[in-house]
Amino acid sequence: MDCPGLCEALANGGVNLGLAQFISLFIGVVLVSGVPLVTVIFLIWIERKVAARIQDRIGPNRVGPFGLLQTFADLIKLLIKEDITPTAADRLLYNAAPLVSFASVVLIWAIVPFTPYHYGVDLEIGALYFVAVASLGTLAIMTAGWASNNKYALLGAFRVVALLVSYEIPLVFALMVPVMLAGTMSMVDIIYAQSSMWFVFMSPLAMILFFISSQAETGRAPFDLIEAESELVAGFNIEYSGMKFGMFFAAEFLHVFTNGILLTILFFGGWLFPLWNEPLIAFAWLGLKASVLYFISLWIRNTVPRMRIDQVMWFNWFRLVPISILNLLAVAFLVKVMQELGLAPRDLAQATLGEVLPMTIILFLSNVAIAIGLLGQVRSVGRESRLATETAQTATAVGD
Amino acid sequence: MEFNFITVAFIVFSLITLGGAIGVVTCINLFRGTIWLMVSLFGVAGLMVLLSAEFLAAVQVLVYIGAIAILFTFAVMLTRSITSDKMRFTRVWVNVISAGILFVLFALGVIYPVWVANAATHFPVTDAGLATTTDLGVALVSGSQFVLPFEVAGLLLTAAMIGAIVIARDADDEGN
Amino acid sequence: MVPLWVFLMVSAALFCIGVFGVLARRNGVAVLMSVELMLNAALMNIVAFWRYNNPTEVNGLAFAAFVFVVAAAEAAVGLAIIISVYRNRHSIIPEEADTLKG
Repeated sequence: MDCPGLCEALANGGVNLGLAQFISLFIGVVLVSGVPLVTVIFLIWIERKVAARIQDRIGPNRVGPFGLLQTFADLIKLLIKEDITPTAADRLLYNAAPLVSFASVVLIWAIVPFTPYHYGVDLEIGALYFVAVASLGTLAIMTAGWASNNKYALLGAFRVVALLVSYEIPLVFALMVPVMLAGTMSMVDIIYAQSSMWFVFMSPLAMILFFISSQAETGRAPFDLIEAESELVAGFNIEYSGMKFGMFFAAEFLHVFTNGILLTILFFGGWLFPLWNEPLIAFAWLGLKASVLYFISLWIRNTVPRMRIDQVMWFNWFRLVPISILNLLAVAFLVKVMQELGLAPRDLAQATLGEVLPMTIILFLSNVAIAIGLLGQVRSVGRESRLATETAQTATAVGD
Repeated sequence: MEFNFITVAFIVFSLITLGGAIGVVTCINLFRGTIWLMVSLFGVAGLMVLLSAEFLAAVQVLVYIGAIAILFTFAVMLTRSITSDKMRFTRVWVNVISAGILFVLFALGVIYPVWVANAATHFPVTDAGLATTTDLGVALVSGSQFVLPFEVAGLLLTAAMIGAIVIARDADDEGN
Repeated sequence: MVPLWVFLMVSAALFCIGVFGVLARRNGVAVLMSVELMLNAALMNIVAFWRYNNPTEVNGLAFAAFVFVVAAAEAAVGLAIIISVYRNRHSIIPEEADTLKG
């Protein structure tokens, strides 16, 4: 195991090598997990402000300048609230579930490359790690629903798990497109592979699929069946109060922004933009791109009505899954053929814009073709159902 | 066995693995048993990281915690009334003793070559030329290596999925 | 690095706990969970032998990858059978599903 930077300094200062490694790794872990913890405080404020503006309100504006400190006030309120554990609950699991839920989101940040030089760890299997860690969240929700010993909580958990497990399929298929294009699962290398062309131009369909399914994974509208207030009281977290509820809440808020960051890394070139060699500027580009995507997510959340559970499932299994498989097959086939023909470079990180351009155009056109086919199919289905309704109405009118 | 970071990690992950396993076989509440199973398999994933098989560790977390855990929780809940099963064991002491004897036999089999047999069975551990995830990926689809088992595995999974759906489906559904 | 025999001891212990679970538990789901433990012990042995004896070859990793496939298939079919038995007999104690016994 190598020992650079702080670890080396400690080891030279007379600390045992193993201990020095441990201390430097521990500080690194604390720093990397500290970033999301601080971010989420301001994300909650941003989310409330944006939601308020969309709904023609002002939003929090009393505590601190522009209401910036509102979240701290809420935090204190949550902390001093009574912490209720239902008598019939499974105490251990009931208390562990919020922690696992929050941890599953924070763990994703370990592989986020903030700048070309600053990241928690550059795993060879970064993309797979993301999928594996995100699946912990499903288990946390199931545990929370069951351990609460409440029928609404359990019903909510069942719904959520059905939703999360289903939407993981298009999510992973969409994730595989950038992985396949870059030829690596490491997040840093995926960014470098986009140095001459962002993957969003090569496969916009994959980007849209990833966006929709990650929106569903976070349980945001139009897929907010997780806490369908009007049907399930509050869903799986009905029995939770105080800071334990706050942790589920914070996990959800953080997850939305984390998805923005992942989308940026996978499709929008991460910190790639002019002057990215400078760490601070690179960090600013990443944050800016992620914030735009985050804003779009909030925009959708606050303007789209909730879908029914059967509609959500139908949308996934009959629309997203087939399209994502089709898209993946098309990209895999076309890239391989173009590489054999010499139209596409084998190493995207070293390729110039001119080398990448033909490949980008062909892949983009294939995506457009899939989208046109899909829209045509949707159109014919819509027309049929409209005709059926009209015929039925005419029949009733004649009957009268 | 020198005392360093890796040794500590090994001890921690071993305790998680074995503790979780004991939780699985002794729990009264089966939902908790599922959680214990996940704890145990998470420990195994940690041990795999120590064995520098990160890819397998990630697959372990994904397959077991992401898929099989959810499957088990659903099975536990669909077969109600078993979440608090008072009759946990049959013939508990006979089984404890037989499992213990099995462990002693295993331990003898493991330790005998280490101390008694000659050093020829001991291979030096190297980091050089360690097979990577890329090598594994290439091997799984290259015609000269594992492409046939890979395809058979895909077929097996499809067959298992269809079989599971057919078996678990309610017979009454077919009329509708 | 930790010597090979320590890894083998841990996986042997895991396997024996699994054996105890399969033999002693009355509940079908618990038996299946214990089978998963045994599979994982075997998996850990495969990976450990690959790491210590033949780390430059990819065979051990590929073998372990196929074990995952088997484990996933086994869990899916096993749980389907248990649910089916429960539906027909309202019990998931394997000993009570004995209609085929002579």
